[in-house]
Amino acid sequence: MEAKKHSKVVSYNKWGYIFLIPFFVVYLLFQFIPLVSTIWNSFFENYRSGLTQIGPNCVGRANYKTLFTNGDLLTYTKNTMIMWVIGFVPQIFFSLLLGAWFTDPSLRLKAQQFFKTVIYLPNLIMASAFSMLFFTLFADSGPVNSILVQAGILSEPFKFMANVTATRSLVGFMNFIMWFGNTTILLMAGMMGIDQSLFEAAEVDGATANQIFFRITLPLLRPILIYVLITSLIGGLQMFDVPQILTNGTGDPARSSMTLIMYLNRHLFSKNYGMGGALSVMLFIITGILSLIVFRFNSSSTKSKH
Amino acid sequence: MNENKTKGASVHARRAIAYIVLILLSFLCLIWFYILFINATRSHAELTKGFTPIPSTHLIDNWKNLLAGTLPVWNGMANSLLIAVLSAALCVYFSTMTAYAIHAYDFKFKKAIFTFILAIMMIPTQVTALGFLQLIGKMKLDDSFIPLIVPSIAAPVSFFYMKQYMESVLSLSLIEAARIDGAGEFRTFNSIVLPLMRPAISVQAIFTFVSSWNNYFIPALVLHTDKKKTLPVLIAQLRSADWLKFDMGQVYIMIAFSIFPVIVVYLLLSKNIVGGVTAGGVKE
Repeated sequence: MEAKKHSKVVSYNKWGYIFLIPFFVVYLLFQFIPLVSTIWNSFFENYRSGLTQIGPNCVGRANYKTLFTNGDLLTYTKNTMIMWVIGFVPQIFFSLLLGAWFTDPSLRLKAQQFFKTVIYLPNLIMASAFSMLFFTLFADSGPVNSILVQAGILSEPFKFMANVTATRSLVGFMNFIMWFGNTTILLMAGMMGIDQSLFEAAEVDGATANQIFFRITLPLLRPILIYVLITSLIGGLQMFDVPQILTNGTGDPARSSMTLIMYLNRHLFSKNYGMGGALSVMLFIITGILSLIVFRFNSSSTKSKH
Repeated sequence: MNENKTKGASVHARRAIAYIVLILLSFLCLIWFYILFINATRSHAELTKGFTPIPSTHLIDNWKNLLAGTLPVWNGMANSLLIAVLSAALCVYFSTMTAYAIHAYDFKFKKAIFTFILAIMMIPTQVTALGFLQLIGKMKLDDSFIPLIVPSIAAPVSFFYMKQYMESVLSLSLIEAARIDGAGEFRTFNSIVLPLMRPAISVQAIFTFVSSWNNYFIPALVLHTDKKKTLPVLIAQLRSADWLKFDMGQVYIMIAFSIFPVIVVYLLLSKNIVGGVTAGGVKE
């Protein structure tokens, strides 16, 4: 009887493996094998020069050497980081502010659901369509310029797309608009997880709203702030749709808004698999290190739940 | 007493500031869509004259012109819809199944497998895109929808969400009871586990649908035939066309056509969506 029961449990548990099959087959086929072959490709010379196909020839680390010495990588990393920072600074500032307001019981803000719905909305909008919209709105003869000229603020249209700071700021601004609602909601969840008695005690002791925010909320929020920072950085490194559509893939003016993934996209389109592979491996290593930090955060929070 | 008064006044002042900032930010979020809507109703001639905040009467003309043009917009909509619906369906079904395997069974390497899935969660698809493109080339799946749909079966983020949700709703005694009643494991999953997971499934279905609908990077590299392209790829095509010669009314209505369906769905389901954002990533 006992033995029979035991074997039954084992036969149930084999279903654990069976139910995992679809995930792992698809993962192996569409993510793991591509990852291995991407790494493999990075050691080969394989591109088209005019009509002649060069390679594939094994060239060792030559692609990595080119990647690091021709200067493009540095420029595009700098561009990506600048545009990420332009978007991230207002994003974290307003998210903290709104999160603190929404969770502050003494403020009793009305229409919270309405505001949350509105600020989260841009996150769901197709980034490429949103970028195309900004391109038309901020074009030399677009509505923004016509409003500014009609109002007498400008005497002639300002060429947003020809100005380095303006183009980068537009990309950063779009990222800010698209992501601050999401960040607000994440931070709110963290703020609501803080023990309410701490706030009450501080209030009894006569602490001001500012003191409560800087001395209690912010320090206790640190893990979630780190999570938000790292995930946003990973997202920032993947920045593509917005600058790609805004600049039509050129990264103009003078490639100052060309991001790392736009650079990768160029190699993929021109079928330069060697350089594309080396760039992918670099991005994989950087995002891998960053996701390790997020992973440790996730697994520790899963553990603390039990 | 006096102190209470000043405190009350400061709360009022803070509340006023909060409302002003919230209204300004809401304005910043919505104004673009308002301008988009206005401009979609205006003709090219009106658009070149400058901006007015009042809608015009050419919405239907613009729409007819767009349909008569070279962009296959209906195809784009149908392709986007098909890919997004199938991706969402496959993603939620198999993510729930994967989560169930980890949640309900005990087997060797279970912990290691769980850790592995968490570890690969944040790796972006872009870094494996090169190998992915070569692979689908070899599999003769280039210019097909399959490489845009099937990979959603392995979605670590949805898996993690389902696993978290399952811990709170699915007790193992319920599964035991189903076994005693003689239900097979597969049937238990389909007829007991899936219905219980409905709230989590709808949240993940919406998120997967939206991210597939908005996806641009991979479809732009996979799809080549005009009639197979999805909306984001068509938008990019519109951008790279010589747009100065374009009828701007058409450009605006094309953007509106890609954006407004999502806005409508969002407004209908916003409660679920906003509530579902946090549950996916951060757990306190």
